[in-house]
Amino acid sequence: MPRRKSRLRLCLAVAMGLVAVSAASQAADMASPELLASNCFNCHGADGNSVGTVTGLNTLSAGIIATKMRMFKKDKALTTIMDRIAKGYSDAEIVAIAGYFERVNK
Amino acid sequence: MRLAGSVGAVSVLGLSACATKPGADGRVVVVGGGFGGATTAKYLKWFDPSVEVTLIISEANYTTCLFSNAYLGGIVGFGDITHDYSAMKKLGVNVVQDWVSDVDVANKTVKTKGGKSIAYDRLVMSPGIDFLYDKTEGYDAKVAETIPHAWKAGTQTVLLRKQLEAMDDGGVVIISPPSGRFRCPPGPYERASLIAGYLKANKPRSKVLILDPKDKFSKFGLFKEGWEIHYKDIIEWVSNSNDGAVQRVDAANMTVHTDFGSHKGAVINFIPQQTAAEIAHKAGLTNDKGWCPIDFLTFESTLLKDIHVLGDSAIVTKMPLSGNAANTQAKVCAAAIVDLLAGRTPGVPKTTNTCYSLVTEDYGISVTAVYNLTDKGYFPVKGSGGLSPMGRDAEFRHQEALAAHSWYANLSDDIWG
Repeated sequence: MPRRKSRLRLCLAVAMGLVAVSAASQAADMASPELLASNCFNCHGADGNSVGTVTGLNTLSAGIIATKMRMFKKDKALTTIMDRIAKGYSDAEIVAIAGYFERVNK
Repeated sequence: MRLAGSVGAVSVLGLSACATKPGADGRVVVVGGGFGGATTAKYLKWFDPSVEVTLIISEANYTTCLFSNAYLGGIVGFGDITHDYSAMKKLGVNVVQDWVSDVDVANKTVKTKGGKSIAYDRLVMSPGIDFLYDKTEGYDAKVAETIPHAWKAGTQTVLLRKQLEAMDDGGVVIISPPSGRFRCPPGPYERASLIAGYLKANKPRSKVLILDPKDKFSKFGLFKEGWEIHYKDIIEWVSNSNDGAVQRVDAANMTVHTDFGSHKGAVINFIPQQTAAEIAHKAGLTNDKGWCPIDFLTFESTLLKDIHVLGDSAIVTKMPLSGNAANTQAKVCAAAIVDLLAGRTPGVPKTTNTCYSLVTEDYGISVTAVYNLTDKGYFPVKGSGGLSPMGRDAEFRHQEALAAHSWYANLSDDIWG
């Protein structure tokens, strides 16, 4: 039950105020990290736990996810689709998404 | 709990947020167990487990239109595209199998055929589409029992597959896509592709004839390129300008008539014009064009208060009628409802859509978009999204096909898994 565990962990993190920092510093005109990240679940699995052949995001650090997204955005990484998708996200959104996946999978 | 869509959610953070109920108490009833409805039910609980969620489904299992063409082509089994609600029940969603017969807006109650009255604080309608059977002479719900539309997956899809299996080699399979606004714009052309694939392997003298009331269609160049490579002498597409529009169906003679001609099919797949599901009309959620106008931030109907509409029946400007689109709309809607129930201003939404189509089992194509909210609807972020490139090699198309299978697995797992 990896997802249930991750939710518990998030709850603990919330309680300890770890999540509040990133959420509070989020721009007022930006979607929440949860909602942004949930847009990735269709291909990368719920909370990044892929049940298909496409890479899961559950084992990747926030740094790696963000770097990869920035590379896709600049057409500097091989892909069939992520170049088109990454261009839809601002750098701040990328940081929020990457942070979310690291947080729930720690 | 999750932070839902709202920045304001930060104020309720604390140990108590996990141990006891946060502020979002409320009864939400969700009508429809497909991509839109099932996602909304799950994500209401995901954003806030304290929300009381009832999901009303019409069947114990849901068979997706998505990937039903792969079933028709013999690539996946019927079980692979059919899902149950056991995971939903484990999340604490109250799953009710019944048929919604009416919505009592004044008393905020849903009435079912089984005699139930279910009260809501907020109602989510994701009822999908129904067919406009009065638009084409000779085609109605009764005829659909022998000439399937197979545009709501389930028994219709099985019927079409059985007809393909039973037909003699050398026959013509006629596909008639709809005009107007319809569910899954690339669907008819993926269907033509995968039926052609089945025929090529099993009944190689047979053909697929697409009689189209349009002059262009979704992923046009990509499909045409794939057909040129794989189905050059199998698929024939007749555009509206070339007399493609079917005006009359003669079921007794297995013939369709256009303005100037007629075509006999061994199998005919007629996909009628569409409208929002009947219950949306009955509840008063539809406009004069037969679809449901909504507030784009919350997906609340602009016609009826406290009722949210999403998925294929809703007018979500610039987003297509697709399962993946409904999935992301549902997450925005769920976050907004959790915020509204807690008295917070709904947060900023952002939606996406990814749509893979298979031309063969190993040849995939795609379109994708990332949308930001504007006051006119969800508009693609400039410079992002679009179609996968044409003219790529077999390896690239194989990668897209693999991604398509993975997409289906993860998308359906995100909803029913």
